Amino acid sequence: MAIQDCGVEGGPPIISLKGLRHSFDNGNSFALKNVDLAIEPGAFVALVGGSGSGKTTLLKCINRLIDPLMGSVEIEGQSARDLPGRELRRKIGYAFQGVGLFPHMTVAENIGITPSLLGWSRPEIASRVEELLTLVELPPDYAGRSPDQLSGGQRQRVGVARALAARPHIMLMDEPFGALDPVTRDTLGVAYRQLHDQIGLTTVMVTHDILEAVLLADRIIVVHRGEVIADGAPNALLTTPQRNDVQALMDMPRRQAERVHDLLHGEPAGQG
Amino acid sequence: MDTPLAGAFAVLPSYLGHHILLSAAALALGTALSLPLALAASHSARLRWPVLTFVSLIQTVPSLALMALFYPVLLAISAASRSLTGHSFSALGFLPSLIALTLYSMLPIIRNTVTAIVNLDSDMIEAARGVGMGPTQRLLRVELPLAAPVIMAGVRTAAVWTIGTATLSTPVGQTSLGNYIFAGLQTENWVWVLFGCITAAALALLVDQLLGLIEIGTARRSLWRVAAGMGILALGVAAAGAVIFNPAQKPAYVVGAKDFTEQYLLAGVIRQRLEAGGHATSLRGGLGSAVVFRALAQGDIDVYVDYSGTIWTNVMGRRDRLPREAMLREISDWLARERGVRMVGALGFENVYALAMKRERAQTLGVTSISDLAKQAAHLRIGGDYEFFARPEWASLRQEYGLQFQEQREFQSTFMYRAVANGDVDVISAFSSDGRIKGEDLLLLSDPKGAIPPYDAIVMVSAKRKTDKALLAALKPLIGAIPVTLMQKANYLVERPDAPMSVDVAAQWLDKQLPAPK
Repeated sequence: MAIQDCGVEGGPPIISLKGLRHSFDNGNSFALKNVDLAIEPGAFVALVGGSGSGKTTLLKCINRLIDPLMGSVEIEGQSARDLPGRELRRKIGYAFQGVGLFPHMTVAENIGITPSLLGWSRPEIASRVEELLTLVELPPDYAGRSPDQLSGGQRQRVGVARALAARPHIMLMDEPFGALDPVTRDTLGVAYRQLHDQIGLTTVMVTHDILEAVLLADRIIVVHRGEVIADGAPNALLTTPQRNDVQALMDMPRRQAERVHDLLHGEPAGQG
Repeated sequence: MDTPLAGAFAVLPSYLGHHILLSAAALALGTALSLPLALAASHSARLRWPVLTFVSLIQTVPSLALMALFYPVLLAISAASRSLTGHSFSALGFLPSLIALTLYSMLPIIRNTVTAIVNLDSDMIEAARGVGMGPTQRLLRVELPLAAPVIMAGVRTAAVWTIGTATLSTPVGQTSLGNYIFAGLQTENWVWVLFGCITAAALALLVDQLLGLIEIGTARRSLWRVAAGMGILALGVAAAGAVIFNPAQKPAYVVGAKDFTEQYLLAGVIRQRLEAGGHATSLRGGLGSAVVFRALAQGDIDVYVDYSGTIWTNVMGRRDRLPREAMLREISDWLARERGVRMVGALGFENVYALAMKRERAQTLGVTSISDLAKQAAHLRIGGDYEFFARPEWASLRQEYGLQFQEQREFQSTFMYRAVANGDVDVISAFSSDGRIKGEDLLLLSDPKGAIPPYDAIVMVSAKRKTDKALLAALKPLIGAIPVTLMQKANYLVERPDAPMSVDVAAQWLDKQLPAPK
């Protein structure tokens, strides 16, 4: 199926994946089958799909947490293999569902970890930590706290701050708000979308929640059995899906939206 | 101040000091070796199995045997080093104990470290990689800090094991709190046995608590706890070092003794004579019979008393029989020629392996000689000390008399005499000079076929002391001066069950019965 590139006119892509294949069992089965993707600077992309669809594998190929068996990954016009994986990862923000705050470090030490790996000076790191706490809307005195003194939402905010610490241009997020309650989840999602626009980030977010993808992203890529089966703006996928399974996937948010719309306009129940 | 307890306290600084230094060195070395090995094993599944299996396997070797095994190995290395570089080292005491204890300490440290790192939360590893850490940064900044409390718990277990097992280093010639236990067991000084157990347990408990403080400190990131625990431990080791390495107390003469009363008494007399002449001495007691001669030949000890038959059969490997005097001359020549060791002379009594029975039991059965015994042996039980049944004398007795017993049991020598007294066994391998022969009213069976060679007590000095005037002057008056009745009496003073005398007091008594030094 044809790949729809949304940002062709916006100049060269910031992330470019070509002919990506990956297998976890020496080629008996493929988690990724020949994926091509170009992501333009400033995009907010949601990778959606069921569990085992390959969306997380695809995400991890971008910062070389996984090295794909075949194909090329280019970041800002440079092959990802030109840099050692750890140096590449210091330039790309990464946040995931488990957050993975280091329990033996304070909030400030957690946030400052990538800058310290990059050799920033102590005052530089301290002022950056302060800046980031403000950015993710945490009080400055949280710097000295230990991660186990924080709520789930606060931990996730620290996780985002840590990912942003070294001023990356690209953020990779793997179900970042998946473990939170719906209210916190929505608050954080909206807050992160604002951050994304404010800083001018390029974000690739994995989610299995199609509604979250519709509400946050500019572009939705549907992955199924290691292949991209749909790629387009939320509006296009909602209104003119090209495949039955994609239409079925998009039905859920549309039904919910119509039902909420009806309720808001005083229509009786039972029509949705 | 002659009570056993006062005696125990008098030697406590030395025993405890040696025990602390040995345990601390073994634990430090064990930790230093275990950590890199454990880290390698936790990151390589291929390495994990062999490493864990190896350290578990070491644990299955009895600790005493492990220490004993390193002695001949070190001896060979020392000899090779002497021929290659001209330098040799002592293969006795500290080194074999250190190596064995180090190996012992490794299992809990390695197992805990591997478990802690392999089971680290996978989110931690993902986060560490995600923020851009390389393998070394991940290890130092995430894996080790998170695993530290579990690793410390392993070090703690290792420390308790090491301190407990270090008591078993006495038989390979390392002074430790085990000296109380081994000497006490031999001389039926139960106060000493208990004292040794209690001090070793108390030391283990104290160290365990201090390491526990460090463990909690690492878990809670509490610097004062870690510092306090480490500080007190370091102070303890420093104090032990100050006691042991105090040059003023450096012993000039090292006197060896095997693990039975007579040996402790004779070593005591030799030390008293040397000390009366203003010389410092130290005792290496409780040495195994196979270890002690090598220790003398090696120069680890300066002087000890052995028995002609033991040297003849075990050391020289001879099976033929010579008259007493000729045999002594031949031994003396051989020792000087082959090992550079000087035989100063025979003390005047024999301590021969002899089969002994309760007098009334022997009379009931009509037994006075080993020939009589052989006819009834099939329904009698024999008890021996740990080495008797492995010795050539026993082979020779069986060959000459066709001895075949109903049952054969091994005892620590104190319990062997108890066993024959209680009727648990009918015959035992006694020593002719043993005080308990008189005490328990035992009958020594005659050896009409001469299956057992003579066992004259002989004094030998090491190669480096063979012309030492002070030592020879102290030993010369003892030559030919101790008849078997005197030795039996002295042994009995210590071994009589009703009112045992301490070894030191009995040695002083024996010393007074002997000709004064010139």
